[in-house]
Formats: sequence, structure tokens, C-alpha cells
Amino acid sequence: MAYLELDRVAKQFGAQTVVDDFSLSVRKGEFISFLGPSGCGKTTTLQMIAGFLDPTRGAIRLEGKDLTAIHPAKRGLGIVFQSYALFPHMTVAENVAFGLEMRKVSRAEKAERVRAALAMVGLAGYEDRHPRRMSGGQQQRVALARALVIKPSVLLLDEPLSNLDAKLREEMQIELRQIQRTIGTTTILVTHDQNEAMSLSDRIVVMSQGRIEQIGTPQETYEKPSSAFVSQFLGKTNDFAAAIDRTVTPARLTAGSWSAPAPAGLSGPVTVSIRPERIGFGDAGLSAKIVTRIFQGNHWLFQCESECGPAIVIRQNDGKAQPAEGEAVRLAWRPEDMSVRARGVA
Amino acid sequence: MSAAAEERNARAPWALTAPALMLFVGVLLIPLAMTVMLSFHDWGQYKGIEPVFILKNWHEIATDPYYAEMFWRTFRIAILTTLLTAVLGAPEAYILNRMSGGWKSFFLLIILGPLLISVVARTLGWALLFGGNNGLVNKLLMSLGVIRSPIPFMFTETGMVVALAHVMMPFMVLSVWAALQRLDPQIENAATSLGAGPATIIRRIIMPQIMPGVLSGAIIVFSLSASAFATPAIIGGRRLKVAATLAYDEFLNTLNWPLGAAVATLLLVALVLIVVGSNALIERRYAEVFR
Repeated sequence: MAYLELDRVAKQFGAQTVVDDFSLSVRKGEFISFLGPSGCGKTTTLQMIAGFLDPTRGAIRLEGKDLTAIHPAKRGLGIVFQSYALFPHMTVAENVAFGLEMRKVSRAEKAERVRAALAMVGLAGYEDRHPRRMSGGQQQRVALARALVIKPSVLLLDEPLSNLDAKLREEMQIELRQIQRTIGTTTILVTHDQNEAMSLSDRIVVMSQGRIEQIGTPQETYEKPSSAFVSQFLGKTNDFAAAIDRTVTPARLTAGSWSAPAPAGLSGPVTVSIRPERIGFGDAGLSAKIVTRIFQGNHWLFQCESECGPAIVIRQNDGKAQPAEGEAVRLAWRPEDMSVRARGVA
Repeated sequence: MSAAAEERNARAPWALTAPALMLFVGVLLIPLAMTVMLSFHDWGQYKGIEPVFILKNWHEIATDPYYAEMFWRTFRIAILTTLLTAVLGAPEAYILNRMSGGWKSFFLLIILGPLLISVVARTLGWALLFGGNNGLVNKLLMSLGVIRSPIPFMFTETGMVVALAHVMMPFMVLSVWAALQRLDPQIENAATSLGAGPATIIRRIIMPQIMPGVLSGAIIVFSLSASAFATPAIIGGRRLKVAATLAYDEFLNTLNWPLGAAVATLLLVALVLIVVGSNALIERRYAEVFR
């Protein structure tokens, strides 16, 4: 049964529809990411769950109860903001205790829960600091402790890591995942960073222009993108124009000089997309010429000019000899590694 | 770098600031020093100013209760004006800050508008509104049933505080406004999500953060009100004098310049002490918010 359910939620600002027909059902304990470029409606959706915005249409239910009827102060959700929004005039302990104070938790229990929350985020001993005297990463942890100490039914994270530098962001990702696994709080993360979404979430909701493009596990969305937008937004991809010929038996799919038995269903002009790491250099296949070859430590990145247009190939640095720049190669891939869409359908 | 060049570099800041420094010394420090000197001179009805060093004027101010009353009144009016602007101005700035684009600019203009008009013109406007028992303000308050009999505004401290508060309001609103700009736009949402109601948010989250703004506004309003001349002169006239109008009268009517200088000096010293003292206190108390 769904724990948190969004049922055909829509939000309009005047004539502009920011979120449309958003339906999602979240299981208890799940880690969901809303992933999309800025302006895709992911933060608006989060704010509707939080109660800072009211949906124009649709329903949001938590354990079957209508959440939109509850005042945001009574929803009991934990929220971590992009700017952290810590209270600068309060110490770390006072910041974390604020939610408990509002819940009239007894003094002894409050002290114990604040201590436990700060220990969980690795800030034991920082109780009397003021937020502005702490680093971005530490402020981030305080914000997380403040949101978690109230034992929220759902934890909402609004681009929480985007203000941190790359190394710290990676550390916080791992830590965030561990904390979420340990306490099992249902979590929704809003992010525009596909790596962050993939490394943290159980399922990703890919959004574009206010609509859901795809909902799936990180692996599904990466390997079986349901649209060109998804395949391009989640990592690099190669799109080749191809055609399916059903006049021959068995029907064949042909892209340049690469060809394979056609999948069922489609016919006529199609687009095939293949991830760069799934393409290999072989004796037969798409003929191409290597334009640039870039060494990136654990892998090589090749930019090729193929008969079907530009192509990117990534090969593991496994110690074997790699083709040089300017060399003519044949690009080949396994039919199961590509996804095929009718041409013209985005 | 050669020694000569180094010396030239060391002199450069002095050379560059010299014009401004000279202006500062010429039009502020020298007249100020002369005023302080003047306060120690003697004066008589028939002999005029005598350049001697005596404490006669200071002794008179210290012992005659007339001057004590004058200074207490000055500071009482300044404190009440400050309180009034804080009580009205802080919520005003908060509401203004929450308004959307067009309305915000419109009301900001209304609040700052008075700054564009001469203090004298504004205060004369208040004098017209107060105008004895049949003034517009009294008529309005009586028709609204707020008061039964007319309140005397002209030549009273009440009238002076009301008029001064109007004159000083922009300084308070701007100061609180500046503090509000430093607030994290999500901070109210953060407090809401933790279970705080609107009243709690204002009391526990907003107030402590804009307090430095209110207090620095208060310092500006207090020092400007305590040394205000035009408004007390028009509303209070000769009947209700404050330190500034007193000094003016001593200079231009009694022609007792030394006594006037002593009054002016005392007002200046008292104000400097109060402002510097409270500023230090505020900065220490709100160190975390100021960072």
C-alpha cells in the first residue's frame, strides 16, 4: 500500500502550468528523487507536499489521509532547504531543539534527542556553536539533524547538497544514504544532479516541463530510458537514425552498415540510442573515424565521426591497446544494449 | 623598491586624504572646539562676551533646575519618539517586505516620501492638523469615539512626539528593512515545518533577527530627535523648549552666547555618550546576528 501518494497533482501560477498530472506512490522507507533541469517543477512539487504551496488540482495523501487539508505546521514533515535556513541567532543545540520545543517535549527527552541527532550527523560537541561560525558542510548537517530530530513521517530534501564543493558533496551523499538506511525515514530528494539522484535513490522521478518523463529505479531509467529526454538527461548517450525493414523475413533493423534482427512492434524510420560504454570496436558495424581520444584514468573517451553522425565511445582502461586518433574503426553493440524509438517521437 | 619611493608611498595616503581632512577640520573640528571654548567664557548684559576661563555657565546649568527640566524633557521626548517609531516602524517594514512587487514600491515611496519634503513644511502641516481644539486630528478622533474631549497637541510633548515620530519614521523603516533583507527567505518556512505558528515565528525567529535593525534605527531616531530643532521650534515654540531650542534662544534672543554654547556642548556630549555606549552594547549582544 502506498505510504505517500500524489494523485494527478497540478499547480498553476496564473495561466502558466508549472506541474501537471503528477501521480506518484511512495512506499514507506523509500528514497525517491525528483530529477530534472531547473524550472521542471520538481521544487514546486516538493513545496506542495510540504504545504508551502497548495495544488491547483489533485490530491496528496499520507497514509490515506488528505495532506492538503493539514496546515504545514501540523504535517510533521522534516525539510532540509537549499540555503539550510538555520536560525542564526540560536546555537546548534537550540536550532535542533526548536521542533521538539514546538511539540512540548519534556526537557530531559529533548536534551537526549538533540544529543542523539547531533551524534548521528557527526556533530557531537558542537552544541554551543552558532551556525554562521560553521562551514557549509557542518551547517548542512545541522539542518539535517534539525529535520530528523522530530521523527518526521517524510523527509524532504530541497537540493541540499548543491551549495557544497564536489568532494564534500560526495561524502555527504554517502552519509545521507547511510543515515536514511539506518533510520528508514521515507525521503524525497529534489535535485538536478543525475549522479546524486542515481547514487542515492531507490527510484527516480525524471521530470521535464512540469510533467513526469519516467519513474523507475536508477538502473531502469539509465538503461531503459523511456524518452530521448531521459536518455540525454541521465548521462551521455548516442542517438543514431535507423530504419526497420519488415519486407524481409526476418525483419531487420539497419543503422548505416550496422544491422541486427528488428525488435517487435515498430517499423519504418526509428532512432536507436546506445550508451557510450556499451559500444565496442569490432570488425563489422558502423564505420567511423576517431576524431579525438581523451585519457581519463580509468577509462578512455573517444569522439568519433560515424556514418550516422557524431558518436561517443567509452572504453575501460584495461591495459589493452586502443585505436589512435584518425584511425578508421567499426562501431558495434549488442542489440539488447540499445533502446529503439519511433523517429520524431521525443 | 628604493627608500625614497617607499617614503613617497607612505606619504601618499596622507596626501590623498588631505583635502577631505582639511575640510573636516575646518568646518567641524575648529567650530566645535571654539564652541567648547566659548562655553567657558563670561557674559554680562552690558559688557558682552569676555574671553576668560570661568565655570560660571557650567555651574548655572548644573545647579539651576530649569536646565535639568529642559534636558529631561529633551530626552523624554526623544525616547518616546524612538519607542513610537519602533512600535510602528518595525511591523510596517515587515509588512512592506512581504508585499508583492508593485505595492511594495508604492508603499515604500509613501514612507520615504516625507524625506523629500522640508522638515519645516512637514511640521507646519502637523501644526495645521493639530490647530487647537478644532484641529482635524481632534475632530477625527472625537468622531471616531476614541476620545471625548479634544487633546491639546500644540505646545505639548504629545504633539511634539507625534510630529517627530512622523519625521523620523523613514529612518526606522529603512533600518529594519535592511535587517529584513538579510533574512533567509526560507526561514519562515523552516520554522513552519518544525511546527511553529505565525505568532511564534514572529516572536522567536523574526524578532531576534531584526532586533539589531530596530536598535540601530533607534539610535538614529534617538539622536536625531534629541537634537531636532525645527519640529520642537514649531510645535513647542517658546512655551515648551527643548535643549536645541534653548541653545538657539540663548544665542539669538538673550545673546548669551557662552551659556548657549554650554547647553549645546552638554547636549552633544550626552548624545555621543549615549549613542556610542548603546552601539557597543548592541554589537556585543547581537554579535552572532551581525556576522
